[in-house]
Amino acid sequence: MPARVSIQTADFDLSAEVAALRAGDGGVGAVVSFIGTVRDRNGGMAGEVSALELEHYPGMTEKAIEAMVDQAFARFQIRGARVVHRVGPLQPLDQIVLVAVSSPHRGQAFQACEFLMDYLKTQAPFWKKETTPEGARWVDARVADDEAAARWGLPTGNT
Amino acid sequence: MKIHVRYFASLREALGPQETIDVPPGSTLGQLRDQLLARGGRHAEALARGRALRCALNQTMADEDTPVPEGAEVAFFPPVTGG
Repeated sequence: MPARVSIQTADFDLSAEVAALRAGDGGVGAVVSFIGTVRDRNGGMAGEVSALELEHYPGMTEKAIEAMVDQAFARFQIRGARVVHRVGPLQPLDQIVLVAVSSPHRGQAFQACEFLMDYLKTQAPFWKKETTPEGARWVDARVADDEAAARWGLPTGNT
Repeated sequence: MKIHVRYFASLREALGPQETIDVPPGSTLGQLRDQLLARGGRHAEALARGRALRCALNQTMADEDTPVPEGAEVAFFPPVTGG
């Protein structure tokens, strides 16, 4: 069985990941995927962010995401799930994160994909540091992400 | 008892990646934080009450009232911002 979770510096390929996720599974009728990308701005001018560094907690990060995938399987009728998150130095326009879910019908796949992203945003130990003309700064957590996690009854208090 | 403490992101920059500390048996995560705060200096600033911080016990998110077992790996870090 292919890995469900990968934390890597390398880029990923959506088509290859989706093909692997549903390979040989005739019970899959829907695949929903989400890709997060690096913006060149964060509440300011276009181009203000010139680089982004992603730090994580090796060991805990993998464990936290495996646990969230387990929860997605328990909560939704899904047949497969795949999470890839990049770490290390990234540039604007780069891909950061992929969440892909397969299921018999679209409803459960859409929900599980959103659940996984809301969980990841508030529970997985990653930290972003962005470089701007004023220097490097750690990105603040967003209250909206905590609110999104609360919809699923997930622990809040990240902000 | 000896506890391994790890720091990430802005806390790592302020305090270094890790240290081993000695705390009284039965201490909670919050008491461990208080002991580090009592050192003053950079620790008092980085771990100050009122700063949004999260902690993990043996690589699982935990509340400050959680007791810390001997030899545990404890981590302090800012709110997470992945995705």
